[in-house]
Amino acid sequence: MPETAQLLYCRCAYAQVVPQGVKDAVLAKLCESGASFETVADLCEMAAHRDERLKAFASSAPLKIAACFPRVVKGLFTQCGAPLPDEGVEILNMRTQSADEIADAMLAD
Amino acid sequence: MITHTHRPLRVVLYEGNGAIPLDAAARAQVMGALLDKGYAVTRTTTQGSSAFPHDDRSLLLLGSFPNQQAPTLEDITGQIKIDARDITGLDASSVLALVETTRGDTPMNQPGTWKPWFPVIDYSRCTNCMQCLSFCLFDVYGVSKDNKIQVQNNDNCKTNCPACSRVCPEVAIMFPKYQQGPINGDEISETDVGREKMKVDISSLLGGDIYAALKNRSEAAKSRFSKERSPDKALDERKKCLTKMVTDGFIPADVLAALPSPEEIMRKAEAAKAKAEAALAAG
Repeated sequence: MPETAQLLYCRCAYAQVVPQGVKDAVLAKLCESGASFETVADLCEMAAHRDERLKAFASSAPLKIAACFPRVVKGLFTQCGAPLPDEGVEILNMRTQSADEIADAMLAD
Repeated sequence: MITHTHRPLRVVLYEGNGAIPLDAAARAQVMGALLDKGYAVTRTTTQGSSAFPHDDRSLLLLGSFPNQQAPTLEDITGQIKIDARDITGLDASSVLALVETTRGDTPMNQPGTWKPWFPVIDYSRCTNCMQCLSFCLFDVYGVSKDNKIQVQNNDNCKTNCPACSRVCPEVAIMFPKYQQGPINGDEISETDVGREKMKVDISSLLGGDIYAALKNRSEAAKSRFSKERSPDKALDERKKCLTKMVTDGFIPADVLAALPSPEEIMRKAEAAKAKAEAALAAG
């Protein structure tokens, strides 16, 4: 990724399927950094309502997203008519990866 | 019930030039509290602002400012209303209360009142077989202008019911809020594929291709005894299949209670089948 990537964090606030400890720890590490970043309450909720901001996110590559399974995240964007580009998007999975691993990837240059 | 998007304001935690950065722990607590209430929050630092477009019509800028004096801000385009508030010394719950007060009575989607439950199609796996369209009784699926299966009415989806995912032969249907893989979008193993296909076979035996089974049974019955043509029979057949799926933990019991009438089931079956056949023929 040639430019500094935009950072997007999904809280998965509408259902408790992402481990609380992981999402809290990832948010904490982002907050400890000096980085600017964007957070949303729930990408699924946005997708359910075809939220126009998903298009804005999809067009903001390079982009790193801390959310859940990459298949799902890509599917949510596609289903809203805002497919993520094949290049320049990295999806970190808070359901399976450790907070350290995710934060390191999000904050890496 | 799914409401439309109500996003009354976008919250910006401003820690750029002219503001005093919060303590990291306090920052995380504030952001977490706002997110858990359904707000989207942007953190802006001296390292630059987020490049995401600011499409919201109302911005609430929070920060710790010198002399606890929030600046007066105005959008140069005049399109966005900007409020700035000083949050020096406030804990997370106080910041949340301040934001809620600023929002006032403006409606907003909030966690806890509804779960975003709907299928998501993995088009890298989907073969457009239309089985999901034929299977779902609640008109969640439809066909696009170019005859591709798509999720058209996700409001109709029954919360916690992933039955269509169970019958997808390609494991291409995901429910993001489901706990277990591969329905939750986790990577798919060959075992998963085999298991999913087996489920289709089993459910077919029970009437898994429910509409076809109902129709076949109905047509066969027509030539025999009139009582066999009873819509109640058809409903019993379908309930038997669904009860089996409930017993196996495939779908929640309350979906059974939400079933349409026997006549409606048959009507939907015909309509779904015709739609699927037309799309497949055109494709």
